[in-house]
Amino acid sequence: MFIQLTVSGVAIGAVYALVAIGFTLLWQASRTVNFAQGDFITVSAVLMYVLVCMGVPLIWALLITVIAAALLLGYVIKRGVIQPLIDRSHTTIIVATIALSFLASNAIGVFWSAQCKAFPRVFGMMPYRFGSIVLSRQHVWTIVIAIILILAINLFIQKTKPGKAMQAVAQNRDAAKILGINISSVTTMVFVMNAVLVAFAALLIAPVYMVRYDMGAQLGLKAFYAATIGGFNQIRGALLGGFLVGIIETFSSAYLSTEYREVFVLAVLIAVILIRKEGLLGTEER
Amino acid sequence: MKNRLLQRTSLQRVLRWAVFLAVLCLIPVIFGGNRYHMYVATLTCVYIITIMGLNLTIGYTGQISLGHAAFMGIGAYTVALMTLNGYSFWLAIPLGAVLTFAAGLLLGLPSLRVKHHYLALVTLGFGTVVYLLLANEYEITGGFSGLPGIPRPNFFGLSLSSDIAFYFLVAAFLLVLTVLMLWILNSRWGRAFKAIRENDMRAEMVGVSLLTYKLLAFAIGAAYAGIAGGLLAPLMKFVDPTSFPAHESFWFLIMLIIGGSGRFEGAFIGAIVVMLLPEFLRGTQQLFFVIFAAITLLLLIFWPSGLAGLSDLFFRKVLRRDPPQLTK
Repeated sequence: MFIQLTVSGVAIGAVYALVAIGFTLLWQASRTVNFAQGDFITVSAVLMYVLVCMGVPLIWALLITVIAAALLLGYVIKRGVIQPLIDRSHTTIIVATIALSFLASNAIGVFWSAQCKAFPRVFGMMPYRFGSIVLSRQHVWTIVIAIILILAINLFIQKTKPGKAMQAVAQNRDAAKILGINISSVTTMVFVMNAVLVAFAALLIAPVYMVRYDMGAQLGLKAFYAATIGGFNQIRGALLGGFLVGIIETFSSAYLSTEYREVFVLAVLIAVILIRKEGLLGTEER
Repeated sequence: MKNRLLQRTSLQRVLRWAVFLAVLCLIPVIFGGNRYHMYVATLTCVYIITIMGLNLTIGYTGQISLGHAAFMGIGAYTVALMTLNGYSFWLAIPLGAVLTFAAGLLLGLPSLRVKHHYLALVTLGFGTVVYLLLANEYEITGGFSGLPGIPRPNFFGLSLSSDIAFYFLVAAFLLVLTVLMLWILNSRWGRAFKAIRENDMRAEMVGVSLLTYKLLAFAIGAAYAGIAGGLLAPLMKFVDPTSFPAHESFWFLIMLIIGGSGRFEGAFIGAIVVMLLPEFLRGTQQLFFVIFAAITLLLLIFWPSGLAGLSDLFFRKVLRRDPPQLTK
């Protein structure tokens, strides 16, 4: 029981971590907080679901979704919504992304469907058995895919030139600008990366949650908690936060109370803010 | 010359109040025959109060609150539980205001010390917690079945249970809270609030205590929502948790942006337009969510001062004079 719970906590935590990494990337590159992050997941999941229903093989559905997300949720949103507001106050961007969230989820509800749809079990149904331990395929594959994605992102940031430009912008915007880095295009790239991450998160979460116009709201919020707990300006912070939130949530709903599982995460969040306002692994910002 | 100018502005002021009062009084004359219309009119007044509070928090001090639905819920349940247990409405509504003021202080204290978005996060989380408490503590709150049969109050023996009488109660609250808000905004506090919004570092340097004033603005904004909630409960005669879900606060935000954040009349315009437009144009509520969210985005990008700002344009271009200033 304990091991199963841990694995399921880590699996959901891995999804939170992916989405939370998106938050930290956006924050580092452009000091924006995307309150529509959860709805980005919904949009991706709905698109993937529609494609799968049309008979497109899953791998192609995923590919198309990733590309569409990169274009629409990455490029178009950055250019159309964030760019005009980037020099205004934090509050303005927060309000704009909240409006975006409202727009996306309700547009799906109105123009597509307000019903729950069951996403196919893409990883199969038969659980893995290791002696007395039974692990769901969904959980195992979620963890594997999330780890691969996280490693890929790390590699990109550490080894490639655009990745290094991202680091430079995160560390010191002004210096990066003086050194000839185009901050705006780095930011656009980060939005695209975020959209790709979110599209993968949609693949991992859609079989567990149902596909519904408001499926992303809770997810986005949890990932936001995760990024804040771990440290908003550190990828490893988001990683730690994601797994922590997943595990706290799973264990508290198993052993303490299902109704109030969100309260436990929130309590941890407030405790962290009070004790260490940068988050567990975050660093002080100027 | 200066004297004449002063006289004119004070005359304008009197006129504006007269129009405001006249509109408030004319509504029951025009719509009094239709119970549903009276309900919508009263509901709009209730929301104006909430959005006015939100405007102080967001528009005048530049902080964000995603907990206004929860504050309304606290106010509504305070009045509901107290009046159902035989206590007076006139005791319950100040208690609701005090509770929400305190909740505002408690939420603001940890989050205002840190970054902007933490306040958004904490208030949104607070909204979720309040919703869960209302839904799950059914021994007290009735859970999802809610609390039916909330009585409407008396005023010194005068029964306010009819729809029109209750409308006048809400309108009176709106009037008093409007005067109070204008007084706050034109006082030392109001100037401090605006100084913080414009440039908090500069405000701090001239001696404005950021934490105190931000907390104050946040808590007053919360108390306004608490009072509005306290009026909502006897208006609907029923409360249940689904009236105060966390995302309802997003809706309030949209009302404020459409009306004009940081503009006094913004709260009025926003609440009226967003509440009444769907009544005139038929359609599902969700469709209006889409439309208003899209309008909000467009306004934010192209016209951040909202519909109130558009009226400035009307004054300048069409009437060729300066738009009236409601606050200094």
